[in-house]
Amino acid sequence: MTNSHITSAYDEELKYLTRRISEMGGLAEQMAADAVRALVTGDAALAQKVISEDVVLDNAEREIIDKAVVTIAKRQPMAADLREIMGAIRIAADLERVGDLGKNNAKRVIAIQQSGVPRALARGLEHLSELALMQLKEVLDVYATRSAQKAESIRDRDEEIDAMYTSLFRELLTYMMEDPRNITPCTHLLFCAKNLERIGDHATNIAESIYYITTGYQPEGERPKHDDSVSVAVTPDA
Amino acid sequence: MNDATMNNALMSNVKTTTKADVMTESKISAKNVQVFYGEKHAIKDVNIEIRPRSVTAFIGPSGCGKSTFLRCINRMNDTIDICRVEGDIAIDGENVYDPKVDPVQLRAKVGMVFQKPNPFPKTIYENVAYGPRIHGLARKKSEMDEIVATSLQKAGLWNEVKDRLDAPGTGLSGGQQQRLCIARAVAVSPEVILMDEPCSALDPIATAKVEELIHELRENYTIVIVTHSMQQAARVSQRTAMFHLGELVEEDDTDKMFTNPNDQRTQDYIMGRFG
Repeated sequence: MTNSHITSAYDEELKYLTRRISEMGGLAEQMAADAVRALVTGDAALAQKVISEDVVLDNAEREIIDKAVVTIAKRQPMAADLREIMGAIRIAADLERVGDLGKNNAKRVIAIQQSGVPRALARGLEHLSELALMQLKEVLDVYATRSAQKAESIRDRDEEIDAMYTSLFRELLTYMMEDPRNITPCTHLLFCAKNLERIGDHATNIAESIYYITTGYQPEGERPKHDDSVSVAVTPDA
Repeated sequence: MNDATMNNALMSNVKTTTKADVMTESKISAKNVQVFYGEKHAIKDVNIEIRPRSVTAFIGPSGCGKSTFLRCINRMNDTIDICRVEGDIAIDGENVYDPKVDPVQLRAKVGMVFQKPNPFPKTIYENVAYGPRIHGLARKKSEMDEIVATSLQKAGLWNEVKDRLDAPGTGLSGGQQQRLCIARAVAVSPEVILMDEPCSALDPIATAKVEELIHELRENYTIVIVTHSMQQAARVSQRTAMFHLGELVEEDDTDKMFTNPNDQRTQDYIMGRFG
């Protein structure tokens, strides 16, 4: 579709950024998925692996920023090239945050391990994680293909995750009310659910960045939101 | 209606009027301009409106016709025998190719600065005083001194040369010589200043000084600049026009042109890709 640069080294620099973003994306996705698996199965070793992997993502983000700055200084990019580089910086930051959220979930595994996760709640958490990770996986595919249209539809789907999160939130409150022994694991699970919901938000941010890279325009309008957990109140039956 | 809504309504009114004004107001208006060098069709049906008191940059690959078109505005192409210009170029509504128009008067109104600084082999003072003298702009020495001083000030050169106005203009550095040429152009009180790659022979510091000068001159003059430096076009201009193979490909706000141009040819050119 687009022609190559006259200076081939410039093409290499841009390709390098794209490749590193894809690698970061793969790792962030893996970490988030492993963390949920570790939670559900109480696998402390897997949790530890996730925690130790975070540094790789942090370094990758720093490296992408360094390379991007050098490329800007050296090539003085214009138009689509400039958007590509700015987009890479933003996406790297989002992916680094996804890694942090995965790591945070992994850290809670130890605390939850003693009481274990009630099967029904694990189901809900797994479902939420499936949605968020699907969103992340698709957005990374879209980054590879640069389809503005798909980026927009991903952005519009964030509300599913928000709705799922709200329902899980309600469920966790109910469990806590039923038995105070559930409070410790359920509170941790609330944070885990929130972390997964945020991973969905980062996927949406990435979709918006891709839309901007591809079209040169910011996506219009507010993104659809269905996170009603802020107004959820569950009262014990009298 | 509360205060806020009234303010909003007022603001939106103001906005619309300003926009409409900008849309209709133009200093230079070119319609269906064609230029031929003998058999060669160098400019193909160019239409463009150039706004007053702003900087318009012409960009495009070598040989695209941007300099040729620039030179049409003050009839510099008249001196080339095989060159033929068709169509209309009007400044403030007056066709510059009207037989009644005196090219010498026209070039006082439309000054020009070239790629290589070309001061006259005369003193700094005489370089600036030459134009006002042939156009009879000063009646006495004190008036001429005044013109020379203000012109050099406008060109940002005064402080560097005020103690040596009798030194030869050719003894200045390249950047100073170019600013001397700008002072020379400004001395005859032009309305339009055409610049044909004014910084391509200058180092980054001298370039920055000329760019700063362009920025200041913009308040009082309509400036059209041809440049091969994309960054320069992006820095100094408000509007950018892209030429390719004698055609005007597109013309738009500079911010838009360098972040998200409409035409693929502009994209490829500014990003340094094969077209």
